[in-house]
Amino acid sequence: MTNSPTSRHPHSVSANRHRLLRRIGTFVSYVGLSLVALLFLFPFFWMVSNAVRSNAEVMAVPVRIFPEEYQWGNFVEALVSLPFGIFLLNSLVVACGVTAIVIVVSCLSAYAFARLRFPGQEGLLLTYLSTLMIPQVMLVIPLFLVVSKLGWINTYHGMILPVAFSSFGTFLLRQFILGIPKDLDEAAMMDGASRLRILVTVIVPLAMPAIGLLALFTFIAQWKSFLWPLIATSGVEKAMLPLGLTLFQTQQGTAWNYIMAGATISMVPGVILAIVLQRVIYRGITVSSGFGGR
Amino acid sequence: MRQLSPWRNPPGMEEDMSESAVAELPLQPVQPRRFLKPETQTAMVFLLPSFLGFMIFMALPIVASFALSFTNWQLISTPSFVGFQNYIKLFTVDPSFYTILGNTLFFAVEYLAVNIIVSLTLAVWISSLKHGKAIFRVIFFLPTFTPTIAASVVWLLIFTPDGLADSVIRSLGLGLPNFLLSSSWAMQAVVIVTLWANVGYNVVMFNAALDLVPKHYLEAAMIDGAGPWRRFWRIRLPLISPTVFFATVMTAITSLQVFDEIFAMTRGGPGSATATLGFAIYQKGFTNFQMGYASALAWVMFVMIMALTILQFRMQRKWVHYDE
Repeated sequence: MTNSPTSRHPHSVSANRHRLLRRIGTFVSYVGLSLVALLFLFPFFWMVSNAVRSNAEVMAVPVRIFPEEYQWGNFVEALVSLPFGIFLLNSLVVACGVTAIVIVVSCLSAYAFARLRFPGQEGLLLTYLSTLMIPQVMLVIPLFLVVSKLGWINTYHGMILPVAFSSFGTFLLRQFILGIPKDLDEAAMMDGASRLRILVTVIVPLAMPAIGLLALFTFIAQWKSFLWPLIATSGVEKAMLPLGLTLFQTQQGTAWNYIMAGATISMVPGVILAIVLQRVIYRGITVSSGFGGR
Repeated sequence: MRQLSPWRNPPGMEEDMSESAVAELPLQPVQPRRFLKPETQTAMVFLLPSFLGFMIFMALPIVASFALSFTNWQLISTPSFVGFQNYIKLFTVDPSFYTILGNTLFFAVEYLAVNIIVSLTLAVWISSLKHGKAIFRVIFFLPTFTPTIAASVVWLLIFTPDGLADSVIRSLGLGLPNFLLSSSWAMQAVVIVTLWANVGYNVVMFNAALDLVPKHYLEAAMIDGAGPWRRFWRIRLPLISPTVFFATVMTAITSLQVFDEIFAMTRGGPGSATATLGFAIYQKGFTNFQMGYASALAWVMFVMIMALTILQFRMQRKWVHYDE
């Protein structure tokens, strides 16, 4: 150890050296992690960098890191000439629709599970919970049959309703409502408020952090969703952005620059939400890691 | 007479109910003879939307999928019951089944191992910093908020023949083939993309868990002369092991279902080098219209997920530490 009492001089030298080594260590650590992070961000850069080239330049050999000339108009072209504008609209309608339904339905059922007593409650809750393990692809075949029997193929409700049941949402909100003091409900009940009124005016405002997190996760999950829209739609008319991106990969003549522009557009909401809500997400993940993070 | 003793009426008889409603007016509002308590009625109303959704879009499809797996159905004809034939065909006749099963397990095991190692490393690295943790967390989290298909399409361009990946490999003199054209390397490309797209979730979760480890534990260990490596294995890892366990289970469940990346990048190719169960179910069901056969495959997947989850829960006793 350094604190030998025999001489003071070597002590201070080694302490200085120790501090210096620590500083260098910290510096190396920051530089190293920054390099990893840059490597991680590179695909984003590559996407945008190829979205603003001509298609010939995307395919050119040797590969150029930065475009020779910037064609920012590609974004407009992708929205207008390829139907990425329609895909964007479809994505917005479906993602917002599912999110709205999930919030309303989950609030109602979570309140029932958290505050009301009824026969068969435990069993029903467990049944809901067990559905978290069912692979989506297993449901897709019979769901396709249900939706096509109803004549819902290529409709918004056919894309929205089958995925708008969320047992995850029910659990997340139930867990949160259990943490809200019951006295508040009872006080409102004394004033003659109905259960629905209590839910809307007392519980929902207090559960806003959990509801916000559920809304965010649901919106993003739907925004990313590919398999169900692939099966519930045909052609370009009702395709969402992810599906749209695959529709323009053909054997001959893929318009890579437009596809990269479309991919960029499809990433914008997620990137904005991730940056703006990073605190909420971080806290939410800490809280929800006890459930089934879907 | 019945009217005189309304509280003894058997429930559910309409005329009695209406009369008893009149008769009970002067009584106290305690109503033990109602068929359903008001609270139960409210609960039923509140649960109705989610229950309907659950029945129509969850329970019914599960039952239907199970029933379908015992039929032969080409979508246009009527389904015919064939007993266990689909399952027998899978395990004995279908030449591609074991390849698909092997690919699925290979992907899941490799991806799970790499994901946990990489996310733990990054999380420890980030939590060792004093400043800028949030920035790094957001950077690694960004791809998880990105549509997997968009990520796959970008990586498809990176891996395209004579594209960026090829020129990097060439300039480094690695002598590797083009990943997507090589049957032995295509799966590695899928692992890379899936890792990039999803690792952030575990990074943030582990980072949160590590930040919750009490500082004085680590300080005490440091005074006892434990180096960083020892502090990680003996203190931090055991303390965050419940989080690692949860992440391992969730990652395993999702990795067995991998589909988007494979659909967008390889369509199961080259040959059947990247054909996994998720992709095979889609292909058999919606390209070949063999709904019964595809349903049987889906149940194989479900059994695999169950088995792996049960195995993990068994193994957790050996390495997961809970505060009691």
